[in-house]
Parts: sequence; structure tokens; C-alpha cells
Amino acid sequence: MLQYIGRRLLMLIPTLIAISIISFVIIQLPPGDFLTAYLGQLRTTGTELDESEIAAMRVRYGLDTPIYVQYAKWMWGVLHGDFGMSFLWNKPVSELIGERLALTFVISLTTLMVTWIIALPIGVYSATHQYSVGDYFFTAISFIGKGIPDFMIALILMWIALSKFGVSAGGLFSSAYREAPWSMAKVWDLLKHLWVPTIVLGLGGTAGLIRVMRANLLDELHKPYVNTARAKGLTERRTLWKYPVRLALNPFVSTVGFSLPGLISGATIISVVLNLPTNGPLMLGALTSQDMYLAGSFVLILSAATVIGTFISDILLAWLDPRIRLGRS
Amino acid sequence: MSAESPTVSPAREAVGAEERAYVASPWQLMWWKLRRHKAAIASAVVIVLLYLVALSCEFLAPYDPIKYDIKYTYAPPQRIRFLDENGLHLRPFVYGITPSRDPYTLEMIYKTDQTKRYPIYFLVHGTPYRLWGRFASDLHLFGVTDPEGTLFLFGTDRQGQDVFSRVVYGTRISMSIGLVGVLLSLFLGVLIGGLSGYYGGIVDDMIQRVIEFLRSMPSIPLWMALSAALPAQWPALRVYFGITVILSLISWTWLARVVRGRFLSLREEEFVMAAKLSGSSELRIILRHMVPSFLSHIIASMTLSIPDMILSETALSFLGLGLRPPIISWGVLLKDAQNVQSVVLAPWLFIPGVFVVIAVLAFNFLGDGLRDAADPYAR
Repeated sequence: MLQYIGRRLLMLIPTLIAISIISFVIIQLPPGDFLTAYLGQLRTTGTELDESEIAAMRVRYGLDTPIYVQYAKWMWGVLHGDFGMSFLWNKPVSELIGERLALTFVISLTTLMVTWIIALPIGVYSATHQYSVGDYFFTAISFIGKGIPDFMIALILMWIALSKFGVSAGGLFSSAYREAPWSMAKVWDLLKHLWVPTIVLGLGGTAGLIRVMRANLLDELHKPYVNTARAKGLTERRTLWKYPVRLALNPFVSTVGFSLPGLISGATIISVVLNLPTNGPLMLGALTSQDMYLAGSFVLILSAATVIGTFISDILLAWLDPRIRLGRS
Repeated sequence: MSAESPTVSPAREAVGAEERAYVASPWQLMWWKLRRHKAAIASAVVIVLLYLVALSCEFLAPYDPIKYDIKYTYAPPQRIRFLDENGLHLRPFVYGITPSRDPYTLEMIYKTDQTKRYPIYFLVHGTPYRLWGRFASDLHLFGVTDPEGTLFLFGTDRQGQDVFSRVVYGTRISMSIGLVGVLLSLFLGVLIGGLSGYYGGIVDDMIQRVIEFLRSMPSIPLWMALSAALPAQWPALRVYFGITVILSLISWTWLARVVRGRFLSLREEEFVMAAKLSGSSELRIILRHMVPSFLSHIIASMTLSIPDMILSETALSFLGLGLRPPIISWGVLLKDAQNVQSVVLAPWLFIPGVFVVIAVLAFNFLGDGLRDAADPYAR
């Protein structure tokens, strides 16, 4: 096991290096750089800078050096925990992302838990009551949940809230608490606003999970070991929860790693629609305004999170399912 | 069958049906199974209809989709009527609408003017267009002939553009972008996966590493970063192509894996060996003998991946990172609904979203049916 972990860890290093290069290249892809975008913006407001000032800014932002020098400098900083400066916000990237990380985590984790708590029992029910009315009902719901774009669900919820109840469903805090220091009242206010993003974000995920859980469990239910357990005299409930459900959970474990990047970025589109202070809109803004270190850091961090999440999943799976360990060695 | 030989006993007929199954081609077997799947067949009909709309949108749309009229901003949908105070009419008509502004909120108010009736005619001459950019015509399937009258079936948007016409035009882009993207990833997937599975060894190893790497990149930030990287001054058509390439960039990898797996197992089959011994070229073995044996499976998986592409395009366009006006797609149209205030004012801006849902559900049901039909072990 340790050897397996060690080998996987060694393989992570070249992947992460490749990812850092690709992140940097992607950020460099659009023609021009932050300065040209910024100057264009200034020009629309009527401000013209002369050549020497532009050159000075170019030097200050380090945009005058070749790309590989910029990359090397940036990576050197990243290794020391410094992700560079955001041109747009004039703040260190790590500070900007850190500010929003806590709230992003709260939203994403709540959603993930709600999704699992709802989806797993329904999936088990659907599989054990295959082709029953309930099964068809949940199947229909999950198909529709997968078919509606999540930002539309968000919009429709906000529309109903505004037109029927006259309240705004967007944001995470009431205006009174937005800038206020943390207190019990503010936490309560947060909880009151949290349900909208949770529903919206959870619906699509729940629909998918129900389908997967149902399919997995159906595969397991007709295997001989289930008969053995029954023949041993276990109650139907014990038979179900002790053996097939556990095995049906394995594919879930292998996907849990993929939620790691989602925890950091938050769902970008929904955050834009619902006006949530998560990292998603920050990334979107950085990408469109070519704020290269902020955007690059996002792509780098999220990609690294995916790779590390996959690694964690694989370790968990090898620990849970002895067949996988045997297969690899 | 019984019509041809009415004297055959039921037992003989059952045997006949069984024999028929033995000699049927895989495609026939698949069709017989699919036919029983009612939801899949209904979905297939819906999809065909949507593509017919996409093909003939110039003819179907009563208005030019970019024609605007600020006199009619946020006009509500007009109802098609058959009844008025004189009783039933066989020719459908709409009542006229008179726009006015609320003096306090400056909101547009539309009153239905029952004194003005505009009958709807089929095959009317209206805005000239070039069908598929080629055949000049001005014939529209339906419309009102009176220049004073309006026919806004789905209402109008902020610029007074007819939402119905725009949805019809959006069908062309939205339904094709998924198809083009999937075809592109099918091409890449079959080619690269086939190479990987057929040759094995070092080629296989290298391709697998590349695939693993691409899959480790998170798709949504990658899509967003790449779309943001599309230069703003690109012409509309090139942006469209760029988005399809971006969408298919990730999805070819799983297809390549499936194809590779199939190739690896098929390579050992006797019929491939037989073809090799009888001197077939490698290309012939791959195209004539190996690809047909897993094509049905691939087509089923492809059908299931089209809705993902439609949803991705919609989401990217909604964020302003995908297609941009003047291109009209469902995602671009939904961008108008981004502001809740305008949705409260004009709920009909959601209509393009309804089409997205219909298309996605139809593809999902059809794909599910095809997958079951393509699986020889499914009952």
C-alpha cells in the first residue's frame, strides 16, 4: 500500500509541472496582455498615456521580459506561497482568493452534503423498488433535473421570489449584514439565504447521483452473495445495507475527488446569477480582463485540485476495495 | 408476414420470427429493440422536428431575427384566436396591440385593441432572405399581410425583436453546435483510440498518458479559459468553430478510451485473424471488420453526449464567453434573461430555455433507448 502511494505521489510531480505550464500558456493565449486591455479601457474614458509612461508600466508589471522568464518568476513565487499580484484589484492573488474561500467552502460543502443525503436513500429506494410508481416518479424527476440548465433554475427561483413574494433571492446576506463583522445574527442571516443556492446547486447533482446509485445497486442486488446473506437468515434490511449498498458506494468514492476543485471555485455560473460572493465570479472577471496572474492562479489551483482529488479518490478506493489493490500489484 | 401466408399456424409463425432474428443484421436487431422503447421513438420524432426547424428557419420565421422596432419593446406574446364577437372564424387571427408608456414608471404597457383584427395567412410574402445563404426568396410559412399588424407569438425582447423568429433561428446554431462538436470528437476519438488500441506498445502508452493528462484538467475552468482566449475581434463564424473545437477537446478522450478498449479485445478475435491471413490491408481490417462491430455502441454514447454539448454552449454563451451576438443561439437569447428585473417584466424571455430543456431531454431519452438497444445482452 505504502509503495503504491509513493509511486502515485512521484507520478504527481511531472503532471503538476505540465499543468502549471499549460495554465500559463492558456493565460497568454489571447492577443495582447493586461496592459493593452487596460489602456483600451482608459482610452474609452478619454485618458491617453504617452509612450514613456506605458513603457514604465510595462517594466513595473514585468511584462517586458520574455514569457519563459515571466513563467519562471511566477513559479518561483508560487513555490513560496506567492501567487503574484492581481493587476485589476491591485492586491496579492492569495489574499483575494483567500477572502472568498471560506464562504465558497460553506456553500459547496452544504450543497455536497445535502445532495448526498437526498440522493443516496432515493437511489436505494429506486433500485429496490425497480419499476414501481415511486421509481418512475424519481426517474422522471432526475431526468428533468439533469435536463434543465442550472442557471435557469436559479433564474426561475429568483423570478418567483421577486414576482410572487417581492423579495430578492440573490446574494448571501441582507444588506444590513453585508459589511458587518461576524456575529450570531450574521450567521443566522447567512443560513436564511443559503437555501436558494443549495437547492439550485444540489438539484442537478442529486439527479445524477440518483441515477448512478440506482444503476450501481441494481448491478449488485442480483449477485450470489446477496442470496447467501439472505440464506444465512439476515433480515432484508440488514442484507441490503451491510453488503450491496456498501459495494454500490464504491463508484461514488472514485468521484468524490472531483468535487475538490468545485469546493474551491464554487459553481461559477450560479454564483454570477445569484450574486454570490464565491471565487467563481472572481475567476470569470480575471479571465475576461486578462488579469493574468489571478486567472493563471485559478486555472493552476483548480487543475492541481483535480489531480490531487483524483489521487485521494484512488487511495480511498484502494483502501476500501481490496480487489483493486490486488489488481494493481 | 401473416398476410403473405395466411395458412401458417401460430406456432410456425413464432419459429419464423425466431429464425428472422437469427439472420437479421445487427442494425435490424437494434431497430426492433428500439421500436419497443416508446419514449425513445417519441424523442426521435421531436429531434427530427427540431432539425427540420433548423434547416428551414428562414422560411419558418415570420420576421427577420435582427429586425428591431423600439416601438414594441417587451411586447407580450399575442394569442392566436379563432373566436371574436361575430363567432367562429376558420382563418386564425390576432388582435392588434397598441403600445403606450406608463407616465410614472415609464414601463411599456400594451393594450389589446379588439377593433383591429389581423388575419394570419399561410405562405405570405415578407422580408426577403436567402435560404441557406443561397436561394433568394421572400416566402414565409405564415404571417400577417397587413403592414400595420404584428405577429409576436413569443413576444418581443428589449429591442423589440420577435422572440419566436429568434428562437427559430437559434435552433439552427444550438442544434448543430452539439452535432459538429460530437462529430469532431468522434473523429478524433476513433482515430486516436484506434491507433492506440491497434498498435499497442509504446504508441498506446504515450497516447494514454496524454489522455490521462487532458482528463486531469478540470473541464469548466479549461473551457472558460480557452473561450476567454478567443479574440474578441474574431468574425462570428470563426468564434462558432472555436467553441465547437473547445467543446470537443475534452470529450474525445473518453471516446478514445472506449474505442481503444474495443480494439484491444477485437484484435484477438478469430475473424480479425482470418482477415489478416487472407491478406487484407490494415485499413480494410479496421474499417470493414472492426469498426462495424462496435459502431452501434459508439453511436449510442454519442447521442448521450450531444445534450452535454448543447448545455455547455448554452452556459458559455450565457456567461458571455461563448457565442456572441449577432450570432443567435439559445444561449445567446437566454443572456437577455440574465437580469431578474427584465424577467419579471417579460417572463417570455425564458422561452428559449424551454427549447433547451426539450432538446436535452429528447437526446437523453433517445440515447438511453439506443444504448439499451445496442446492448446485445439487455433483455
